[in-house]
Amino acid sequence: MGYIGETVDSIKSIKIRQLLTQAVTLGMIVTSALIIWKALMCVTGTESPVVVVLSGSMEPGFKRGDILFLHMTKEPIRAGEIVVFSVDGREIPIVHRAIKVHERKNTKEVDVLTKGDNNDIDDIGLYAEGQMWLHRHHIMGRAVGFLPYVGWVTIIMTEKPIIKYILIGALGLLVITSKD
Amino acid sequence: MHSFGYRANALLTFAVTILAFICAIASFSDNFSKQTPSAQIQLFRSLILLDSDVCGGKPVKILNINWFQKQPHGNDEVSLTLNITADLQSLYTWNTKQVFAFVAAEYETSKNSLNQVSLWDAIIPEKEHAKFWIQISNKYRFIDQGHNLRGKDFNLTLHWHVMPKTGKMFADKIVMSGYRLPDAYR
Repeated sequence: MGYIGETVDSIKSIKIRQLLTQAVTLGMIVTSALIIWKALMCVTGTESPVVVVLSGSMEPGFKRGDILFLHMTKEPIRAGEIVVFSVDGREIPIVHRAIKVHERKNTKEVDVLTKGDNNDIDDIGLYAEGQMWLHRHHIMGRAVGFLPYVGWVTIIMTEKPIIKYILIGALGLLVITSKD
Repeated sequence: MHSFGYRANALLTFAVTILAFICAIASFSDNFSKQTPSAQIQLFRSLILLDSDVCGGKPVKILNINWFQKQPHGNDEVSLTLNITADLQSLYTWNTKQVFAFVAAEYETSKNSLNQVSLWDAIIPEKEHAKFWIQISNKYRFIDQGHNLRGKDFNLTLHWHVMPKTGKMFADKIVMSGYRLPDAYR
């Protein structure tokens, strides 16, 4: 009860200069996070340098909730590489392994077939209607490293958005009421 | 300065930093393991069949190898029996969760500079199972883009991907060359 009274008192006593300072500080934090994210995109060469594993199709290697670090180079795609690709018409990227690769002689274009380690059949059913192969432009990156369990935070926030709002609300309240 | 919130924040930040540091060190320690894997693959019977176009038709299954079938729009398909002996035990470190091993047939055709077709793969979670001998027919269909497989020389490559408990993944391979498909359909 005393804590709530203190919080209310501190909100009442905010001065304009202090408020502005805090707003600028918050803006700085957000922008530096954005800068780091964009720099990562540049360094790794992909649009999403970090992805969260959403399905169990690559178990026991990657479980739901792991995060993968991606990297994309100009090197040709070879069999066995774990690639992250998106299919036309579907938003969610899929993380599977390339099992067949056919590379054209002259143009260096490549046909790739993928399959999840834990699936019995290959991914032809996941591709777009009539599509038999993946091409380079479908592939967003190759997985080079991974961290277990860290992705659960993102999964929980996506599947239960109420938690996201509570968290942002609490953080906002903390920033406003702190006396720094 | 000493409220519960500040203390919890400091503790959490410290814990996450230490955890990230430990994960990085664990991954870095993988660079120091000496790896000496070995493998050998023998090819047994092989049949070449003509497959109707991969999109829709049924493949022709031949049990009797003295059979020749000609279809107008077909891709070559091969069925092989492989005998694989491998010792991948030296790849395992304390930071290894599993090793994904697979055998791919690699060959060149007039249209494609490289074709890699995975024939068999396995997930090996434990070091004890990484030294093995197995005789199986190909798990995945060996289908060409075209009719180029008669008399074709190809390599069988054993690839392995070491998937760690945390950190960087490693991959490497052993190339075994000198395999050849028969000159005629059977």
